[in-house]
Amino acid sequence: MNLLEIKNLKASIEGKEILKGLSLTIKPGEVHAIMGPNGSGKSTLASVLAGREEYEVTGGEVLFKGTDILELSPEDRARKGLFLAFQYPVEIPGVTNANFLKTALNEVRKSKNLAPLDSKDFLLLMKEKMKLVEIDKAMTQRSVNEGFSGGEKKRNEIFQMAMLEPELAVLDETDSGLDIDALRIVANGVNSLRNKERSFVVITHYQRLLDYIVPDFVHVLYNGRIVKSGTKELAFELEEKGYDWIKEQTPITTHN
Amino acid sequence: MKEITNIPVSGYINQYNDSVKSFKPEMSELKVNAIKRFEELGFPTKKSEEWKYTDVSGLLKNNFIPAGKELKLTAADIKSFLPVDEKQIVLVFENGVFNKGLSQISELPKGLIAGTLQSNFNHDAVKNHLGKIAVDNNESFVALNTALFHQGAFVYAEKNFNSEFVIQLLFINDARINPSVCYPRNLYVAEQSASLKISENYYSVNAINPAFCNSVSEVFIGENASIEICKNEAENKNDFHIDYTGIFQRKNSKLLINTITSGGGMVRNNLRIELQERNCSAYLNGLSVISGESHVDNHSFVDHASPDCYSNELYKGVLDEKARGVFNGKIFVRKDAQKTNAYQSNKSMLLSDDATMNSKPQLEIYADDVKCSHGATTGQLDPEAMFYFRSRGIGETTARALLTNAFAEEILDKITITQTREMLKSLIHDKLTKAE
Repeated sequence: MNLLEIKNLKASIEGKEILKGLSLTIKPGEVHAIMGPNGSGKSTLASVLAGREEYEVTGGEVLFKGTDILELSPEDRARKGLFLAFQYPVEIPGVTNANFLKTALNEVRKSKNLAPLDSKDFLLLMKEKMKLVEIDKAMTQRSVNEGFSGGEKKRNEIFQMAMLEPELAVLDETDSGLDIDALRIVANGVNSLRNKERSFVVITHYQRLLDYIVPDFVHVLYNGRIVKSGTKELAFELEEKGYDWIKEQTPITTHN
Repeated sequence: MKEITNIPVSGYINQYNDSVKSFKPEMSELKVNAIKRFEELGFPTKKSEEWKYTDVSGLLKNNFIPAGKELKLTAADIKSFLPVDEKQIVLVFENGVFNKGLSQISELPKGLIAGTLQSNFNHDAVKNHLGKIAVDNNESFVALNTALFHQGAFVYAEKNFNSEFVIQLLFINDARINPSVCYPRNLYVAEQSASLKISENYYSVNAINPAFCNSVSEVFIGENASIEICKNEAENKNDFHIDYTGIFQRKNSKLLINTITSGGGMVRNNLRIELQERNCSAYLNGLSVISGESHVDNHSFVDHASPDCYSNELYKGVLDEKARGVFNGKIFVRKDAQKTNAYQSNKSMLLSDDATMNSKPQLEIYADDVKCSHGATTGQLDPEAMFYFRSRGIGETTARALLTNAFAEEILDKITITQTREMLKSLIHDKLTKAE
């Protein structure tokens, strides 16, 4: 069965259509990279998948594990196993990382009729996952993202992902603002979470991240649609030629 | 307006005439003057700048009966208000009258007095300070309290008394039989190099009738001394509470006062701090967590009368439903108060479209070498933060509770009286978690 099926998805914000009939199918265990120039709709896709309410879906459907999630609240999507790593993680003063994660984990467990994790089990789990992205104990006791550097924020996103163990993770420009060391830590964290069941959508502007997180498929998003799909070689081609040749090949018209 | 306000004024003057015989003779001069002042001042109207956002006409419609000497509260009535630690000193005041039977009084350490004002009228500290720190400054509720009070708490730390000892005061409104009014009058004194910690708690037993608590506290902090006061106001939603706390600070003294309001229908807190000598510091913080149609007004006045003093003020509010908040904080820096550092901030979170906040931070500075700042922000729950929580599987109700608790905890964490802080954290946490 497909893990995610996006069929002819159309979405707009403030009356402006951004996604203009996007289709994409992802099987369990696959890593799909989505690349594209600025303004092509990459972050809109991430937002619509996660359920950001400012975006209005005007057409199409999104099937996650066979059910349409477009009517579901963001929390219900997360509880079903969807995770969004934010491009700009939000700072939450006064709520510690540990408390935030414990609450999230237990709300997800509750939705599955599982008993909440007690403090001991939670700490053990946290300890195990902290290693993946080189998070130290002090960081778990700090307020969520407050005063974190760009690299720490992105590592924290991957740490949250490791804790919540989603089936589908959407990484929205996780590489932006990272130096090479931070990029390597983040990529290692992601790679260690790859398995036969878990799939990833890696949204990025640059090919660089894909040296570390090697995708099974690469798609080019342009003007609200996927205009080209291929394997990881496509990413190299884009790196070399830029996006202009894609733009030239794609007339800006709708083919309804 | 005069016609409307005169009727209640005469009612309160009658209360004075009814009880004048029971006042201690030592008090008569203070009281005669106070009732005269009250008669001159009348009750404030919304025309008064200081009462622009707080309307007392609702209060004045009630026919409150002053509490008699008869005590009615049982241990069961107040069980939930008592601190968990049974070894704590707790003085219980029922409608302003000391209830010895319900109080927890064990032996006090040497150098500390904690009792009623009435039983300490002959103490030098009472003679020196009572009625001299809380002068009316045109506040008719101060004059009214001075004219009508019988009792209150007297907490006194003699020179060099230094301990972490906490005095818990419980003021309980009981309006089960009729609408009740009380006038607690407290005096807290820390003599030179002494320290004191006081937890002042206001509650009501369940009643359909409203209660009115008109409390006044006078605080004297001697040279090198320090006092921490935590005010916990958690009365019924139809109750009225007007509090005035006047504080005098002497050289090198330190004050920490936290006012936490989670109940009451109409609450007005007046805080007046005089930094009279060099090198004083004053920390004043407040938190209102209110809903329904509650109205909470925090007025503060920090008088920098001497050089080298520091004051820092942070008031926060979480307002839901039709709740209304008022913040009016004034920092007054006199001409001679050079090298003053004074900071003031008011932050409010409105959880509903019907909640309102009126914030008026004020600076009045006559010295030229000072560092002062003030600011006010009012906003709603951050939608980005809400989405972040929800994207992690946390439902809206829980997300909201986490965010509002985090906002409130910044203030609660400033309380160093552990028991009171933990009790308030749980009280505020419950209130914010059930807020949905």
